[in-house]
Amino acid sequence: MWFFANRIPKRYHRDHSHHHHGSHDHHHHHDHNVETRKSGTREIKVVRRVLDANDIMADRMRSHFAAHKVFVLNMMSSPGSGKTTTLQKTLARIMPDLRCAVIVGDICTTNDADRLAESGAPVIQINTDEFGGDCHLAAHVVEKAVADLDLDAIDLLIVENIGNLVCPAEFDIGEDKRVVVLSVTEGEDKPAKYPLMFRECDATLLNKIDLLPYLDFDMELARKTIGQIHPGMPVFDISSKTEEGLDEWIGWLVEQVKGKLAG
Amino acid sequence: MHEMGIAMEIVDIAKASIPQEMQGAKVQRVNLQVGKLSAIVAESLRFCFDLVTKDTPLEGAELAIEELPVVARCKDCHTQWTVTEAVFTCKNCQSGNIDILSGRELDITSIEIEDED
Repeated sequence: MWFFANRIPKRYHRDHSHHHHGSHDHHHHHDHNVETRKSGTREIKVVRRVLDANDIMADRMRSHFAAHKVFVLNMMSSPGSGKTTTLQKTLARIMPDLRCAVIVGDICTTNDADRLAESGAPVIQINTDEFGGDCHLAAHVVEKAVADLDLDAIDLLIVENIGNLVCPAEFDIGEDKRVVVLSVTEGEDKPAKYPLMFRECDATLLNKIDLLPYLDFDMELARKTIGQIHPGMPVFDISSKTEEGLDEWIGWLVEQVKGKLAG
Repeated sequence: MHEMGIAMEIVDIAKASIPQEMQGAKVQRVNLQVGKLSAIVAESLRFCFDLVTKDTPLEGAELAIEELPVVARCKDCHTQWTVTEAVFTCKNCQSGNIDILSGRELDITSIEIEDED
């Protein structure tokens, strides 16, 4: 479902039990539950997760990806953290051993898709403009993009989410793993400000470490904070520009993908 | 930032929850539980809710938001505590092997409908 090993368990399972107390309820075949009657008001018990529709769609996508043996990585970060460059450098190293495709989400422009297409991987650009300029990719949007891909010709599908540290963390898109890219220019307080993102991800890439000599970024504090939010989560120090640290990150990624393909 | 989409989902779920024999009645209140870990801003959700309920049975309904704390339990020593800062290690034994019991909710618990009889 929506959660992996470290994720938070679903609190509510939809309550389909029927304990009707009202006199009007004999012919109900839906999951409403009359709870109380105040004067002039009837309270109907609902107990539904608001994001149910997205989660159901994401589960369907997850089965679809599993059936085609495709590993899906959801890459998230704030704008300008270096996701696209990291992805370009990553693709250059893992292709053609792994057959990759990319879905890239932006509110507007195809700049990122154009850069990524140079890798030779099929790239699908989603502009959420069409969907109301959304701040995240939802499962139904990914479903639409995937329809244009030949999943049997792909081992690894990377979804570069909309640049945003808040909203994408809430939306399951049927992925196997989630990574967050945090650049050292953003400041070491970001994990504490956006804990959900760091809770929900399976690895953090601390990018642009080549700039550390020019910044006051406290690497130790950043690692400590991330460790408090998500104990045990791997943190990779990288510079996509100089390619420092990329081997460790790519080693982790390839291990995850191979684990699924072998399974 | 996606409060508009959330508000629309809430309206859809609430509308679908109105019993057959109460169709046409006004929904007066929607009771929502929002965990503190959710990326939802209550104020903007209420604003969007007011916009998207226009011309629906929910027009004028109150969106009652109950905020739920983040509660965690250690899988190793079974200590249970309320998480008040971004630290998800056990208060007692510092283990990171924990379950989050609540804090991620974004659930409609009930709707209250005007009932004449």
